[in-house]
Amino acid sequence: MSFFLQQLLNAMQVGSVYALIALGYTMVYGILTMINFAHGDIFMVSTYLAFAASGLLLAHLGGASPLVIFVCTIVVAVLGTSLLAVLIERAAYKPLRNAPRMSAVITALGIGLLLENSFVAIKGIGPTPRMLPPLIPAGEVHVGGITISSLQLVIIGLALLTMLALDLTVRKTMLGIAMRAISWDHTIVPLMGVPKDRIISLTFALGAAVAAVGGTLYGMAYTIDPYMGIRIGWWAFISAVVGGIGNIRGAMLGGFILGFVEIFTPVVLKSSSYRDMIAFSLLLVLLIFRPTGILGRTVSQKV
Amino acid sequence: MNRVLPVAALLLLVTLCLTSCGKVSTPGGSATPATSATPVGGTLKVGLNTELTGTIPVVGQSCKNAAEFAIKEVNDAGGLDVGGQKVQVELSVEDNEDKAESAAAVAQKLASGGVLAMIGPNASRNAIPAAEVAESSKMPMISPWSTNPKLTVDARSGQPKQYVFRAAFTDDFQGVVAAKFALGELKTKQPAVLYDVASEYNKGIAEIYKKTIEENGGKIVSFETYTTGDKDFSAQLTKIAKSGADTLFLPNYYSEVPLQVKQARQVGYQGKIFGSDSWGNEELVKLAGKDCEGLYFTTHYAADTATPKAQQFITAYKAAYNSVPDDVAALTYDSFGLLFAAVKTAGQLDREAVRTALAGITNYEGVTGNMQFKGTGDPVKSAVVIQIKDGKFKFFQTAQP
Repeated sequence: MSFFLQQLLNAMQVGSVYALIALGYTMVYGILTMINFAHGDIFMVSTYLAFAASGLLLAHLGGASPLVIFVCTIVVAVLGTSLLAVLIERAAYKPLRNAPRMSAVITALGIGLLLENSFVAIKGIGPTPRMLPPLIPAGEVHVGGITISSLQLVIIGLALLTMLALDLTVRKTMLGIAMRAISWDHTIVPLMGVPKDRIISLTFALGAAVAAVGGTLYGMAYTIDPYMGIRIGWWAFISAVVGGIGNIRGAMLGGFILGFVEIFTPVVLKSSSYRDMIAFSLLLVLLIFRPTGILGRTVSQKV
Repeated sequence: MNRVLPVAALLLLVTLCLTSCGKVSTPGGSATPATSATPVGGTLKVGLNTELTGTIPVVGQSCKNAAEFAIKEVNDAGGLDVGGQKVQVELSVEDNEDKAESAAAVAQKLASGGVLAMIGPNASRNAIPAAEVAESSKMPMISPWSTNPKLTVDARSGQPKQYVFRAAFTDDFQGVVAAKFALGELKTKQPAVLYDVASEYNKGIAEIYKKTIEENGGKIVSFETYTTGDKDFSAQLTKIAKSGADTLFLPNYYSEVPLQVKQARQVGYQGKIFGSDSWGNEELVKLAGKDCEGLYFTTHYAADTATPKAQQFITAYKAAYNSVPDDVAALTYDSFGLLFAAVKTAGQLDREAVRTALAGITNYEGVTGNMQFKGTGDPVKSAVVIQIKDGKFKFFQTAQP
């Protein structure tokens, strides 16, 4: 039992990162019906922003408490990543808003490649894997035979808080109402005085901000490199589709489901080599039997 | 429009023919009448096939640095003595992107590009496919760092390959050394292993470790796998922690080991951890920090107990690149040393003659120890165990299987 609980905790840790990234995919799809395939690489940039910020802050504010540095790092990563996402949206996606949808998807893939390869090319970054300095004081809690590290607690806790905050933003605030209204109708809602372009930009910013929280947490637990966004991006995308793309709670659910796939594949099948196969099979099966995902609504399209 | 394309293609073809013919005809005119079998004119061209990008870029960079260092050393001394003539050495560096298919493509490119020999690739997963190409195009190849036994053995006939050599010892040797170290020095009763099942190196060494432990009356309590690129090992490490293991063998690359060590402690594993020569890079310490303090690994040489020849190399390398040469750098330097020694013995710039001279090396004093070839491409040499202390690699003991 304690073995299962420990693995469950491992799955929660991985799943929270997938869920945070999946939210960005789902929000952009919700408002523009476009898959932003550069999102995984935007996540990658956020981890590097966190890496640079934490390094600089530790060097200049060495005396400050790690908690202050941790909070500042997240703030820098969130602001920087949101700005990048808005810039990408304005420069690359907005001019294509009336073009066939495939053009925007291919542009997104291109932006992703651009980010990956320019990070490899930039001197001082390069392909070497890196790791954030430890910002959370090391510590462990032992409960009923399972070990919970302080890092694990912070990752899962902060991820859940971020998701809760996002859910409230979308359901209760004016911004959230405007976002949902735009996603409902692109022609009439702007006539009612909702600034369509600004709301779309803010959606990209919000998605990137949530991914940046995930990026900072990820960077403290794992190594980062310029190509990391590819695999994680795919897994987060599958999470979003599994949960029901366009549905925010669905993306969270999907993230945790993929976390379970990641952890329990090597436990049950004795080999992690099957991970991708299981994740993509899950996607295929779902697309065949329930194309709108677990929490998605069935939409009937008018012809 | 329809006509333009074929014409352009034809033009391209003609240009290609002309340029490649040009390459063949020009060096003949230069002043090298002594060596008639020279395929490359008055310079010795060596190809470097290495991992500049991909998951182990630091290995590629070290290899490239050491290669350039070795070549500069020879050229600064006036060139290499080949049959009474001083010959300059020229290096062409190619990135194999740490991909098996690119490594083979690079080997192909070098083989048909007129190099005398190829040094690299380093990781066995790239070196093995490149070796197939080297063997079939009869181009001598020396891999500095690849330790997988399959590198030098023909998969079909089971016979040693004729043109493929290495400067490192093999996994068979290292797996046995690691097992003896675990049983003897670490006194392990319940050994566990976590390794990358998709990488030839990790898989080969883990299997030989397991076999040796079992032959000596031990039993592996947990034998777990993962796949290249994984970053979360908590599922497998939780199983290992639960199995009651007292030692954990991680024959994995330096970029993954810090995560594995960190996550092992996170899920409550408290036993000893040790690894193999793929740990031997300063990046490991940079990434793992305090987590890797006191851990051991088996490897090719220890910078702090090196011989006079090695000390000379270490000092000069440090002056050039401002860092202590890691094992890849030392082995790359030795690979070039072996090649140069063979070229000198052969007395001509001919692939066949150089191959024969390489296979006949009976005692070469390298930076990583004395080497001898006995009928195969694998050198006979010894290993060392290193312990990480205060973030530095410290010599712990010499290891024999």
